[in-house]
Amino acid sequence: MPLDLFSVGDPIADTKAPSDVPIGERWSERQFRGRLVNPANRRKLTVIVVGTGLAGGAAAATLGEAGYKVKSFWYQDSPRRAHSVAAQGGINAAKNYRNDGDSVHRLFYDTVKGGDFRARENNVHRLAEVSVNIIDQCVAQGVPFAREYGGLLDNRSFGGTQVSRTFYARGQTGQQLLYGAYQALERQIAAGSVEQNARTEMLDLIIVDGRARGIVARDLVSGEISTHFADAVVIASGGYSNVFYLSTNAKGSNTTAIWRAHKRGAYFANPCYTQIHPTCIPVKGDYQSKLTLMSESLRNDGRVWVPKERGDDRPANDIPEGERDYYLERLYPSFGNLVPRDIASRQAKNVCDEGRGVGPGGLGVYLDFAEAIERLGRPAVEAKYGNLFDMYAQITGEDPYVTPMRIFPAVHYTMGGLWVDYDLQSTIPGMFVIGEANFSDHGANRLGASALMQGLADGYFVLPSTISSYLADGPFEKVDESHPAAVEAMQSVQEEVQKLLSINGNRTPASFHRELGQLMWDYCGMERTDEGLRKAIDRIRELRREFWSDLKVGGDWHSFNQTLEHAGRVADFIELGELMCIDALHRNESCGGHFRAESQTPEGEALRDDENFAYVAAWEWTPEGQPPVLHKEDLEYEYVHLAQRSYK
Amino acid sequence: MTASMQSSVGNPADEKRGMNLTLRIWRQKDPSVKGKMVTYKVSDISPDMSFLEMLDVLNEQLIMQGDDPVAFDHDCREGICGMCGLMINGQAHGPQQTTTCQLHMRSFKDGDKIDIEPWRASPFPVIKDLAVDRRAFDRIIQAGGYISVPTGTAPEAHATPVPKADSDAAFDAATCIGCGACVAACPNASSMLFTAAKVTHLGLLPQGQPERDDRVVNMVAQQDREGFGGCTNIGECSAACPKGISMETISRLNHDLLGALRAGARPKS
Amino acid sequence: MSCVTTCLVGGKAPVVLAWGLVVTVTHAGRRTPKVAKTNSVVKKAVMAISGIVMVLYLIAHMIGNLKVFTGAESFNHYSEWIRTIGTPAVPEQTTLWIIRIALLVAVVAHFWAAVSLWRQAKRARPERYVTKKAVAQSYASRTMRWGGVIVLLFIVYHILDLTTGTVNPDGDASPYDRLVASFSNPFVTAFYVISLVLLGMHLRHGIWSATQTLGQSNRRRERTVNAFAIVFSTVLIAGFLIVPFSVLFGLVD
Repeated sequence: MPLDLFSVGDPIADTKAPSDVPIGERWSERQFRGRLVNPANRRKLTVIVVGTGLAGGAAAATLGEAGYKVKSFWYQDSPRRAHSVAAQGGINAAKNYRNDGDSVHRLFYDTVKGGDFRARENNVHRLAEVSVNIIDQCVAQGVPFAREYGGLLDNRSFGGTQVSRTFYARGQTGQQLLYGAYQALERQIAAGSVEQNARTEMLDLIIVDGRARGIVARDLVSGEISTHFADAVVIASGGYSNVFYLSTNAKGSNTTAIWRAHKRGAYFANPCYTQIHPTCIPVKGDYQSKLTLMSESLRNDGRVWVPKERGDDRPANDIPEGERDYYLERLYPSFGNLVPRDIASRQAKNVCDEGRGVGPGGLGVYLDFAEAIERLGRPAVEAKYGNLFDMYAQITGEDPYVTPMRIFPAVHYTMGGLWVDYDLQSTIPGMFVIGEANFSDHGANRLGASALMQGLADGYFVLPSTISSYLADGPFEKVDESHPAAVEAMQSVQEEVQKLLSINGNRTPASFHRELGQLMWDYCGMERTDEGLRKAIDRIRELRREFWSDLKVGGDWHSFNQTLEHAGRVADFIELGELMCIDALHRNESCGGHFRAESQTPEGEALRDDENFAYVAAWEWTPEGQPPVLHKEDLEYEYVHLAQRSYK
Repeated sequence: MTASMQSSVGNPADEKRGMNLTLRIWRQKDPSVKGKMVTYKVSDISPDMSFLEMLDVLNEQLIMQGDDPVAFDHDCREGICGMCGLMINGQAHGPQQTTTCQLHMRSFKDGDKIDIEPWRASPFPVIKDLAVDRRAFDRIIQAGGYISVPTGTAPEAHATPVPKADSDAAFDAATCIGCGACVAACPNASSMLFTAAKVTHLGLLPQGQPERDDRVVNMVAQQDREGFGGCTNIGECSAACPKGISMETISRLNHDLLGALRAGARPKS
Repeated sequence: MSCVTTCLVGGKAPVVLAWGLVVTVTHAGRRTPKVAKTNSVVKKAVMAISGIVMVLYLIAHMIGNLKVFTGAESFNHYSEWIRTIGTPAVPEQTTLWIIRIALLVAVVAHFWAAVSLWRQAKRARPERYVTKKAVAQSYASRTMRWGGVIVLLFIVYHILDLTTGTVNPDGDASPYDRLVASFSNPFVTAFYVISLVLLGMHLRHGIWSATQTLGQSNRRRERTVNAFAIVFSTVLIAGFLIVPFSVLFGLVD
């Protein structure tokens, strides 16, 4: 590996999980060994929480209930807008309500295996343990999960698991779970324990004496840039899929909070692990601003196919049965259309690369319900998938009951994120990272219905417990805006904002964002190669130079300026994009969502290299001109045996 | 060929381009100044664009001309976050019962004139142009739109079965995304449908019973304090609601409120 | 014909009395002033209940009117009976005055609630839309406010015309003769007809709205309630309209 792209530093390790006891006891042991904060003292401790999705909303509410003083920040008008709201499918929990052999251990095992053996066992086991409490909590909050006629909760199987452990609220599970957390948060705001900062974006982290003590944030309405202080900072700002410009994330979803914390010293782990979801609505045109996912439950009854012949542009219904290639059923006879996300996505790419794709630009494959409609009848299909069909019709203007849907993969989730230990604390003391913003639980691939589980586990149960160990040392010495560290952070934010406004070049932030996204999709998307990644790194570096010399942002900073917001986010995405490519380049193996063309089995399946790559890559930011430093955290598997995934 | 999603679809041959539209858009620099309608032309609009993508096109033009782009709220662009919301030709979210982000330009035709205004209600002050401040909704939720169950205190989820019919009806009400179209469409600028959806969602579940009376009394008192208009059962709200929340929820709120007042519940001041 | 709300002597009275009522209601004790003043739902409930009282009266009034077809003597006798219900146990007109006062309270409460909600709505949207389309709003619901005002003006005229006889061409005659005198004028009849049609629409929305406000509507009942509202208002208004048309076309003279 060329040393000009990165250098290798000291290994890193988690020291918080009590590995001297069996895995099933580690979480309770950690809670027992951790220190507590006396309820009377909690009032004197302040915690900043950035983001109000499942993780951030749940954490802010729970910390507020516990008696801490919480300052909550979000960039939208209301905490209820956080993009967790868009999650459709469901949430896993090892309740074993179906008596089908599920258990905490099985959920743990499935998640480690699903993550292609690149997740930390301890964290995943805790996630599985806590999962059962989440369901109890949400039901008590009034989350209207689907129920059976007996009044008990319904479950379904989801994303290639053999047990039914997914709880759901029609196709809007994320929305309902988020509203539960949102309502709990609003209750605390009303009670005065949580201070609200709507339409406020974190732009920097303030570190005093080695501890995270505050943030610099911009009020997006007035434009005012201000400092906020606390005894600890929790970042729950979500994932960074928007580095691809087109993704299923919300338009405002960004990497700014975690990226700027990274630049202040927090290690960024496994940035190249991105998940590409197979069942999204294909791109229509170059004006496209966003991709829409349809629940992968569609694959339970829909059959995926493309024409056998390349360039066959007949309408789908005119292509006879014998001239169709149901390639997933052909390649994976036992799992068929239900293979995991990464495999379904990559095979769609393969058939499109062969020139057999359908729809505009040949970038789509058919998802056909004709057989299901015949077998189950249209009413049954409508009852099961009606809302998804409607959504598809709304966006495409086509009727999926008559012509097969067209689908194509899209970036959906990022498993990578800031490195955290078992306590969810980053490499900066006092800065905790939860939910999708951290890297901790999904390894190289996330299973369906596990994102909601992790967000709520972190927010309701894990962080509120582990943070007390840290806060037990507080309250820390009082700091205010006159502290040199605060002054420096404030100045650097102001300088950057002014610089973005002063370039006055010829390209909008959106134009740079689109070009970056294109590069990332082409070279750091579903399939990555040494050559492509090197090319991408060079071009991203050029793009970065061009950004800082040819950007055009109108208006000023002391008012509501959405172009300026976007510009700041794109600046961070460009830097992150480069690190993602470096990470993807250095990881010369295929695992989960990371597929390197150089590392595949003779049948074209992902080939892991456990000997050389069974580690977490935690990247340290270095000042301008120096390559990032790689710190490896070795992954040890005591309870799950490493095995090659097979879905044949 | 590689599966290059973003560039190869820009091929004009693949697209039905070509609508030319006249937009009249409400421009207002900030709440302190008076706003007015300003006319813009956009051309070459594809019928497959979403309404917000059409506005993106306009804004890119405005930025390049050195003009101030039109401010509008949006986020998920898949119809669920509730952040977007425009009055389009006098209808909340436009001519279809959906969110503005899910409205597509195929609902319009070449040469159309489209009036675009912000939600108008005094509890929703304009921030800039088409973006309004909807935090009044959050304060209505703060007044009682929750079940008080601190983390970790919940009983086992199966301890209380919930009849499927109640659970389904609660879900229907719980799908409200808080976009504010109900207020925008209501001739009285009433927030009744929003409040009623939450009262119905929580009031139908056994978990919501202990706080049921106080919840409805306090939420209604808060919506009045915020300065929303009163409900006169006209139904514009439900017709504009992208999630189809029904007028039944309002009846249920009224029922609960009158019952709660009779039982002696009074709003916290 | 006997119109019971004789104490109404001018259009201004309800306004004055309306504010009087606010004071009375808010100091009545059971409701805290705050609830009655700020609670828009309570205002709507006041409107619904007062509306129901008036509708019950209208049913009786309509049935009474149909007596006109039984001849002058019978009609005048009926009119006299209304004044003497309960006699000799109670003095003449006692029952009539009880009904009059109940109706007056209902009218005033209805008007107060309407004005108050209208002012609340005005405050809630000070800047109007440049373009606004109505989607669900029926003509009936759109005309509630102005229709209500016209109906109120009509009631005032109606009392001056037929109850007190003040503006009736045949003011001192018997109720039957006054009625015939009045409706023989096509302009009076036209005003009467227009007002009643407006009243019918007012009821069509009002019945549905009251059901909602009192929390008695649901998705299953919605269609039934609306159908009932339409049928009920049509029958009621038809019952009222038969009389002037019969006079106009000489069926009753």
